[in-house]
Amino acid sequence: MIFYCAAALIALAGLLEATYLTVIFLSGETAVCGGSADCSKVLGSSYAKIAGIPVSALGALGYFSAFAFAVFAAYNYARARTFFSWTVITMFLVTLWLLFVQAFRLHAFCRYCLFSAALVFLLMGLTVSRPSSAQRNP
Amino acid sequence: MKSSAPFVIVALVAALAIGGGAYFYRIRRAANPPLETSKEVAEGIKESGHVLGPPGAILTLEEYGDFQCPPCGKLSEPINQLQKQYNLRVIFREFPLAMHAHAREAASAAEAAGLQGKFWEMHDLLFREQAVWSNSNDVRTLFSAYAGMVGLEVARFNRDMDGSEVQQQVDLDQQRGAFIGVRTTPTILLNNQAVPADQLRPDTFPAAVEAALKSAQPTS
Repeated sequence: MIFYCAAALIALAGLLEATYLTVIFLSGETAVCGGSADCSKVLGSSYAKIAGIPVSALGALGYFSAFAFAVFAAYNYARARTFFSWTVITMFLVTLWLLFVQAFRLHAFCRYCLFSAALVFLLMGLTVSRPSSAQRNP
Repeated sequence: MKSSAPFVIVALVAALAIGGGAYFYRIRRAANPPLETSKEVAEGIKESGHVLGPPGAILTLEEYGDFQCPPCGKLSEPINQLQKQYNLRVIFREFPLAMHAHAREAASAAEAAGLQGKFWEMHDLLFREQAVWSNSNDVRTLFSAYAGMVGLEVARFNRDMDGSEVQQQVDLDQQRGAFIGVRTTPTILLNNQAVPADQLRPDTFPAAVEAALKSAQPTS
């Protein structure tokens, strides 16, 4: 229960941040320079959207899914635990790709993206080190 | 029987995320009101600056740009195409941001090229090669090479870059921009009406220009 509550709180923080970035994207603030140079470079790059959809919006969806599955898992919905694990693993892999893009393609790191990466790493760490009681079906 | 609490919690968070996001979006849009130059300022601006296209064009596109700003670079070619396609009057004004290490030097390079009548050639080259010189530790050497490439007298170009005439022009453009409320680049005005930031992407900007053209057409 505590494990999934902690995971839900982390996912909630990620959801807040991803929602913020999505709003910034939609209001056009990533289409101009004026804030942080590195963030402008990353958030304004072609990697920041997929088929016109901002990556931050996909991130918000990922965090929301992780949050929802963690809440359901905390209430002993057995299948939610499996869905939670797969959601976190998917987010972890996407995060690794985005870190690669920032380091080797764009040569710039955005602090928001790094914060999000830290949250996903935390979720992944929790998932991997989850006590067996939290993995067990009720 | 399982509790309905998780459904309530998840639905509540979903509603808060969507509602909060929409509210925040409205706040951000309101925090960036569209610029509109007064007639006096607009007239002053038209007197100087680098102008491309006929004076009697139906639509004047005025850009406050930073050569090191990636969004400005991405918009450079679409603007060139739109200028040719619709015979627009394009005005470029320097607005180098302090956040970009070489933006001021690049603005000086463009202005120095302008003193030899090659502003637009240097403007296009600086945007085209943005990724190269932006990460260079020796931009002056690169800019000198660019000067040679566009057919400038390089020794004069190097002198002019540091000269007071060039520096004053960059300062003047920045002061004008700051006066009308420019804070970010690119800031683009179409017949003195600022284009919202969300329409400044290469895929959305042509539609903004076409809409401005439509509204600028004289009604018979």
